[in-house]
Amino acid sequence: MKDKIFKSILFIASCLILVLTAGVIYALVTQSISAFSSFGLFNFISSSEWDSVNNNFGALPFITGTLITALLALFFCIPFSLSIALFNGEYFKQTKIATIVSSIVDLLAGIPSIVFGLWGFYVLRPILIDMGVSAQGFGVLLASIVLAIMIIPYASSLSTEFISMVPNELKEAAYSLGATKMEVIKTVSLPVSLSGIFAAYILALGRALGETMAVTMLIGNTNNIPTHLSDTGNTMASIIANQFGEADGLKLSSLMAIGLLLFLITATINFIAKYILKLVNK
Amino acid sequence: MENSINNDKYILELKDVSVSYNPEKKAIKDVNATIKEHTVTAIMGPSGCGKSTLLRAINRMHDLYPDIKTTGQILLKGENIFDMNPMRVRRLAGMVFQRPNPFPTMSIYDNVLAGYKLNNIGLSKAEKDEVVENSLKSVALWDEVKDSMTQKGSFLSGGQQQRLCIARAIALKPEILLMDEPTSALDPISTNRIEDLILELKQQYTIVIVTHNMSQAARISDNSMFMYLGELIEYGTTKQMFTKPKDKRTEDYLTGVFG
Amino acid sequence: MKKTIFSTSRYRQLKSKLFFYVVCTFCGITMIPLFLILWELVKKGYKQFNLSLFTEVSPSSMDAMLAKISNEPIPGGILNGLTGTLLILLLAMIIAIPVGILTGIYLAENQKKTFTKLIRSLSDLLQGIPSIVIGIIVYVWVVKPMHSYSALAGSIALAIMMLPMIIRSTEESIKMLPTSLKEAGLALGGSYTSVVLQILVPSAFGGLFTGSLLAVSRVMGETAPLLVTVLGASTVNWHITEPTSAISLLIWEFYNDPNLAPLVWSSSLLLLLVVLGINIFAKSIAKKWKIQ
Repeated sequence: MKDKIFKSILFIASCLILVLTAGVIYALVTQSISAFSSFGLFNFISSSEWDSVNNNFGALPFITGTLITALLALFFCIPFSLSIALFNGEYFKQTKIATIVSSIVDLLAGIPSIVFGLWGFYVLRPILIDMGVSAQGFGVLLASIVLAIMIIPYASSLSTEFISMVPNELKEAAYSLGATKMEVIKTVSLPVSLSGIFAAYILALGRALGETMAVTMLIGNTNNIPTHLSDTGNTMASIIANQFGEADGLKLSSLMAIGLLLFLITATINFIAKYILKLVNK
Repeated sequence: MENSINNDKYILELKDVSVSYNPEKKAIKDVNATIKEHTVTAIMGPSGCGKSTLLRAINRMHDLYPDIKTTGQILLKGENIFDMNPMRVRRLAGMVFQRPNPFPTMSIYDNVLAGYKLNNIGLSKAEKDEVVENSLKSVALWDEVKDSMTQKGSFLSGGQQQRLCIARAIALKPEILLMDEPTSALDPISTNRIEDLILELKQQYTIVIVTHNMSQAARISDNSMFMYLGELIEYGTTKQMFTKPKDKRTEDYLTGVFG
Repeated sequence: MKKTIFSTSRYRQLKSKLFFYVVCTFCGITMIPLFLILWELVKKGYKQFNLSLFTEVSPSSMDAMLAKISNEPIPGGILNGLTGTLLILLLAMIIAIPVGILTGIYLAENQKKTFTKLIRSLSDLLQGIPSIVIGIIVYVWVVKPMHSYSALAGSIALAIMMLPMIIRSTEESIKMLPTSLKEAGLALGGSYTSVVLQILVPSAFGGLFTGSLLAVSRVMGETAPLLVTVLGASTVNWHITEPTSAISLLIWEFYNDPNLAPLVWSSSLLLLLVVLGINIFAKSIAKKWKIQ
């Protein structure tokens, strides 16, 4: 009897997750209906209008802003996170220095987004201005550089795991054929762990897409489609953070709709990564 | 209650016991056997023959895994264990596992009393002390640990840990003691001590022990079962089985043809 | 064109060495930002990092301006943010930790069920939701019906972010326990409930504790979801149904108000030290527990 009650408590707790997820989707969908019905789903996604005066809203600039900054960040982070993965998972596998490096990288992941934003604003922005990237320094480039630093820990920790899982026998086989360390990495370690590393980067991309505060502080907050690295813009997350407080009616619904789209994009990205991981683990 | 049963000298009776992990294949088939009080019964056989499966049927461990089905009857002091509350069955049939597994968060003292705690049986401090002392004395561990009662059980050596686990099992004063290869993870000296202990515990308990080790069975058991491919091939006194096995397969196993 | 084996192998060795140095260089560069950020905060924040930071509420823009004109240090601190963060985090822990641990136990104990796989995927899904999106959902759920921003709303948002992490760490640490531990408990006649609560949970306690602590440190600096749920307040508030401040929200305010900008560094320094401190503490505990 007591066991039955306890087991039902466990079950009910799990059901809460189900209810929570359903509630998330329900809230997003019901709140964005009025935006989608006034503008049409396709039109909302493809329109670059964001006009609070005439109540005409489209999400295209923010979708492109999000994709551009996130992909750029991913691109910037690859050499660094791959190096960390090789350093910790191959060259210095299971040594003290590897633990130190991985702890430092872990701590990087612990820094709050708003602190990254501050640092980007006060330290990196002046550097970009000095380099003549743009007059104000704000923009896609600044946001993606900081984003890249923020996602390095996510990309590198999982990659490290996969690289260190490559069986020694395989590597030894290559060494015994006279390969150098680099050739072993190129022909054995990386190819064997490739799909795992790929999944790690997709997960990191998912983080970058949803990152809010730092990007909001650095991207410049203009509602245009960025076409150049030095252009300012807005991401889906940053437009919500910026304008949610003062929004109501159709604008609120449009922001909700952007939230729904962002949710769908990150969920898809995460699903793909998890699917690849599942295949790898088999 | 006990007196009303004719064959009460048998503490354990197995009647057509079968266990299956999946519907197609039975892990053990129609085992019939009776076990007398204050004896040591060894279950032998090659790996995968169902020794442990049979042992774990006796305290209804298979209940934990919904896929495993047990059929037949097992009478403990004349009472069918499948009609009893599984928790009561397990209190009456203590179990010692292959690897010593003292509870890592509990002190030595609390480990011995774990059975009482888990069953929410309240004891006074004096009663607790008595149970702990008696149980640890029975496993000859008292002198070694009496000054470190509050330490965690995981600080003991493997052999000491296993004796602690035996103390934990007998603290509840079970009717029988089930041992699943209790020495397979221990060194020879610790193994010796456990074997001596089993011979002593026989005075008070009935012991069923699964073992891989034929000489161990010969040293400590009164009766032996030989199992092969899920069937109980032969059951008799250990002496008779080792000297004049009735079945060809038993003889082959004992002479090292397989296993 | 033919190279001797000797020279090619030397060339290849050299290339391999070079590659190693490149890896080390990139790796080294990645170590830099953490220290640069710390340095920046210490350099600019130590002057304001004083007792009044902990004992006074945040100043108004006007007070700060007046102080600035008369060349005095900006008065006030972040007491309202400290208490707000504490209140919101405590509430979030009360919501998330029990549910997370119970769910984690369920998942670890029913691994083969389809329902388990569903809940696990949903938990992953929740973990992937951007924090600002969680914020606006809680706005719809709580702020709108209650017609007020509130500490409660913020803590629900943070609890949703903590849940998946707690669930995952609970499930993993219970799964790591040897099955014989559970069997030994049951073999002593313990009920399922007592075996789980008295043996499994204490044995996995290190994992549960670290997981919960890391979850707290992860959401502690969150700003975006709080912007749209608790709004902020200029005084200390302990009522869970009223708008409340938080350290991260104050940082955001200071950042947006040029008069208050000097305070941004000391408050960020404090936030960072606490978050990293909890992080390091949790991980060192995890290590200690694992050795046992």
